[in-house]
Amino acid sequence: MITKRIIPCLDVRNGRVVKGVNFEGVSDVSSPVKLAKFYSDNGADELVFYDITASAEGRGIFTDILCEAAKTVFIPLTVGGGINTVADFERVLNCGADKVSVNSGAIRNPNLIEEAAKIYGDQCVVLSVDAKRVNGKFHVFAKGGREDTGMDAIEWIKRGQASGAGEIVLNSIDTDGVKNGFDIEMLSAVCDIAEVPVIASGGAGCIEHFIELFKNLPKVDAGLAASIFHFGEVDIKNLKNELSANGINMRIC
Amino acid sequence: MTAIVDYGVGNLFSLKSSFAYIGENAVVTNQPEVILSADRIILPGVGAFGDASEKLYSSGMADILKKAAAQGKPILGICLGMQLLFEKSYEYGEHLGLGFIKGSVKPISERVDASVYKIPQIGWNALKFKGEKSPLFKYINEGDHVYFVHSYYGADCDESLIATTEYGFEVTAAVSSGNVYGTQFHPEKSGDVGLNILKAFVSFS
Repeated sequence: MITKRIIPCLDVRNGRVVKGVNFEGVSDVSSPVKLAKFYSDNGADELVFYDITASAEGRGIFTDILCEAAKTVFIPLTVGGGINTVADFERVLNCGADKVSVNSGAIRNPNLIEEAAKIYGDQCVVLSVDAKRVNGKFHVFAKGGREDTGMDAIEWIKRGQASGAGEIVLNSIDTDGVKNGFDIEMLSAVCDIAEVPVIASGGAGCIEHFIELFKNLPKVDAGLAASIFHFGEVDIKNLKNELSANGINMRIC
Repeated sequence: MTAIVDYGVGNLFSLKSSFAYIGENAVVTNQPEVILSADRIILPGVGAFGDASEKLYSSGMADILKKAAAQGKPILGICLGMQLLFEKSYEYGEHLGLGFIKGSVKPISERVDASVYKIPQIGWNALKFKGEKSPLFKYINEGDHVYFVHSYYGADCDESLIATTEYGFEVTAAVSSGNVYGTQFHPEKSGDVGLNILKAFVSFS
């Protein structure tokens, strides 16, 4: 059977990982290349590089870093952040990315999903959605969660997968950063309509939260987190061993 | 030297990097003389079968590969590259493959309930060896996980089947016939297990 996936996300600004603590054996945890290798060696099933640079110069540094990482890390790499055009897809795919995640760029131009899926295939296009409860509904938020688009998240995801998105990342703004567990209710609503893999994001604080996620929602394919891995609060190897001991199918290496 | 065939399909950065990482000189090329003088050949591929098959035949690359195969040169097809080794594919119509491996390429959706088994199959799945252990697997073990991304699979390949993976049915994971090998999964994205498969392949000549 196919395994559930554990995906660390690296936020990169001006070529450096934004937050993190020192790991034994990693000389520079703010180096995306070194941290990516560390995670890969410790059992990460996939990595997300999230570009939070605003400047064009920063974009160039980001793709250089991505190329360096792709020379030593041989697991799937997803890139997100600043993806607005097919040319942005091309830019990161040429540096070793396997998948590209779109968020605000697709909100501004919903045709981006279909255009990219036609050229690179559905499997290459990941729709990343930041959602938050507003008046009893899940609304899509843009610009890193700062702006309420008023769009219904469930409808947006349906439309995205019909346009060719091959995976969905659902980040709950309500649980993000709270470390009180994933947003099971919101994820459940998305799983009900999802025909493609769903990646849960936002709220993981400890190993138990991942167990709860996969036990409650068998249709969720992967769990994504950033700070708990960077700050060493959860070790990926331990996490996967614990999940496996709880009957969840994992790749143990 | 290993030639990675560039026929305008997919991105070859990671594949080239993976060979550099294991210390093998790999050249991305569309030059017949380079391909025919290589010790072994990688046929990559991402995207649609029909488009890729058309490119191979119209560019003359199909004939070069058939010549290389007849010379006994080791050839490894990866993902769509594996599917192209088959006789034909039923992905959006009917398309001609290279015919090195008996059988045809069919949609996974014909075999499984898509509400349970999402299509494409995306993710890490375990290998089950078939028949005598292939030399391609000499550095890995049964049960090791590799990374798959596909909506179609190689069907009816009989004794060419060397590994399967469980996804609602026994899906073709790898094939071989003589000097020709194919993996449905991506060894260049399958961590150490994948690199060990590539190491085994570069030991062939």
